[in-house]
Amino acid sequence: MNSAKRFARAVFERVESVFDVMFTPAWNPFYQLGALGWFFYWIVAVSGFYVYIFYDSGVEQAYASVEYMTHVQWYAAGVMRSLHRYASDALVVVMVLHLLREFAMDRFRGPRWFAWLTGVPILWLVYASGISGYWVVWDKLAQYVALVTSEWLDALPLFGEPIARNFIHASTLSGRFFTLMVFIHIAVPLILLFVMWVHIQRHGHSKVNPPRGLALGSLAALLVLSLAYPAYSQGPANLSEVPAEVDLDWFYLTLYPLLDVMSGAALWMLVGVATLVLLTLPWLPPKRRAPHALVSLDNCNGCARCVADCPFMALTMRPRSDGSAFAQEVVVDPAKCVACGICAGACPTATPYRRRSALVPGIDVPDLTVAEIRRQTLAATAALSGAGRVLVFGCSCGPPLANLAGPAVGTVTLECIGQLPPSFIDFVITRRHADGVLLTGCRDGDCHFRLGIRWTRERLAGTRDPRLRQRVPRERLVSCWLGLDRQRALARELEAFCERLIRLGPFTRPQPATPVVAEQPSPESDA
Amino acid sequence: MSALPRFAAQLAAYGAFVAVIGYFSASPTYTHVDPELGLIRLSFSHAGARSEECRRYTPEELAQLAPNMRRPMDCARERVALYVEFEIDDAVVYRAQLPPAGLARDGASTAYQRIAVTPGRHRIAARLRDSRRESGFDWEFEEVVDVAPRQSFVVDFEAQTGGFKLL
Repeated sequence: MNSAKRFARAVFERVESVFDVMFTPAWNPFYQLGALGWFFYWIVAVSGFYVYIFYDSGVEQAYASVEYMTHVQWYAAGVMRSLHRYASDALVVVMVLHLLREFAMDRFRGPRWFAWLTGVPILWLVYASGISGYWVVWDKLAQYVALVTSEWLDALPLFGEPIARNFIHASTLSGRFFTLMVFIHIAVPLILLFVMWVHIQRHGHSKVNPPRGLALGSLAALLVLSLAYPAYSQGPANLSEVPAEVDLDWFYLTLYPLLDVMSGAALWMLVGVATLVLLTLPWLPPKRRAPHALVSLDNCNGCARCVADCPFMALTMRPRSDGSAFAQEVVVDPAKCVACGICAGACPTATPYRRRSALVPGIDVPDLTVAEIRRQTLAATAALSGAGRVLVFGCSCGPPLANLAGPAVGTVTLECIGQLPPSFIDFVITRRHADGVLLTGCRDGDCHFRLGIRWTRERLAGTRDPRLRQRVPRERLVSCWLGLDRQRALARELEAFCERLIRLGPFTRPQPATPVVAEQPSPESDA
Repeated sequence: MSALPRFAAQLAAYGAFVAVIGYFSASPTYTHVDPELGLIRLSFSHAGARSEECRRYTPEELAQLAPNMRRPMDCARERVALYVEFEIDDAVVYRAQLPPAGLARDGASTAYQRIAVTPGRHRIAARLRDSRRESGFDWEFEEVVDVAPRQSFVVDFEAQTGGFKLL
């Protein structure tokens, strides 16, 4: 499984590199697959609502009403029908890519099992929504879908009488069945929406809207497709005739041809086993579980910055339990904590300047404590020599840093770049442990722990606490969000940064400016 | 990459995306059944006879029953399995023992078979045993049909309306 994962990851990274250039990392659709799924869902919902206004659920009327939309009101209902179909197909594409990508990037284990597990029923619900949609058009494709679906369902020992009998002859077909199908086609997507909501419940600052440009581009592309290549029906259903050849929607009906080569029971077994494998994947070996974050109440002032920054909603505030004067304290939910250390990076007490007491912040991760980061920082910078000395802070999910180390380059690897309190950058530069600091990690817009790069960027820009102090010269700080596979690019950036630092020379504290005493207006002048 | 080439690249990416969506949403055509063939479906749902004959309660037994439970006959729930044979042009294409549905085996037995046939004239015959007898058939049906390509027939069974029928 690991080799499959590595291969898939390599493929994704190659493709995403190209899309980074084409779309910029902020708009790269591969980093927005979940949000795009939400976006396509809403397009399907809105277009479906419009189409439903003109839909008639009678046996004869169903097809006629869809034809009316397609040919008479082609400019509105027809476009909406096409948009409804194509956005549904796009939803399948981004959903499957999202699943494969989370697998390839190993983002489904440990406390992240919840999103993975709740994603599996979403697969089923999306397919059920789409397939029931094809049914209600009642054209030849609908006839095929109705027969094959009911024959497949009949393979389950659940129904006293074969459901397929409803679709073998016009005399057995009832308009009420269409009403039921329309109900299913509305109810299942509503259940889907609920499960999608559950799916993101353990994600802080969930991304359910893609960037506006990407959303507009996707909508415009689907609209153009709807106008240029409208969705058509395939002739009215006729139960006295076999729908021998059908133009399948391969996004939704991929498995249906298999029913012509294997039994319904065998196909149920196949999809059942596949579903079971998907459901159990987060718990299959190898297991890796870093110890969760720990709170030190003696050092926690209840500021709640860690709660605001936690990407997995593992932290909550509660009334103080230790009799301290502070009103609240933070509590860690071990089941949700991924030990990324972003909480420690947000803690105002995680500062390397502390000397009078041990460096124990209000919250910390045992595998790599802030004190250990300080020790590694000092060790890495102590060995630096020459001009243009750089300390590289990277993350465990980014490029390996060992190859970068040299006489003038030291490295410290963190769990996530968001684990780095900005005061460390201040500490390294203004205390002259190095001439500059380079931050690296996952690809821009694709932090393994979701929000590490975003929070780091905001902390450095001074828009999020804890902020990087103004006194730190920004020309001595570089960020390279290049991901695991762009080591050459990182080496080039580092080399160029070293050269810039050599030109800048060693850091010197700016001399305090001579105070200017403003002239006081004389009482006479006032008069 | 500067703005214009980036815009062009994005256009190409969107175009490729919707081209894939547009093509695979209705292509390639799938041939479900050979369009040169016709199709006969043997499909029915019918409950066989009870596996044991009903027995009339004795007056003493009836007296022992609660008033609301008193009924003249004592019948076992279980039904016999149906036995069906289906022939096309004197060749048996389907032969099956159809067990009754339900945990207590007291439901109807069902059959659903799709049989592709070449166009032209065919003699079809269906036979069904739904009683406790060990051999022979309780219902028999025979008919000559002209099958056209893509045509779909249904051979159904309804005991109340005379047994097998062609739809």
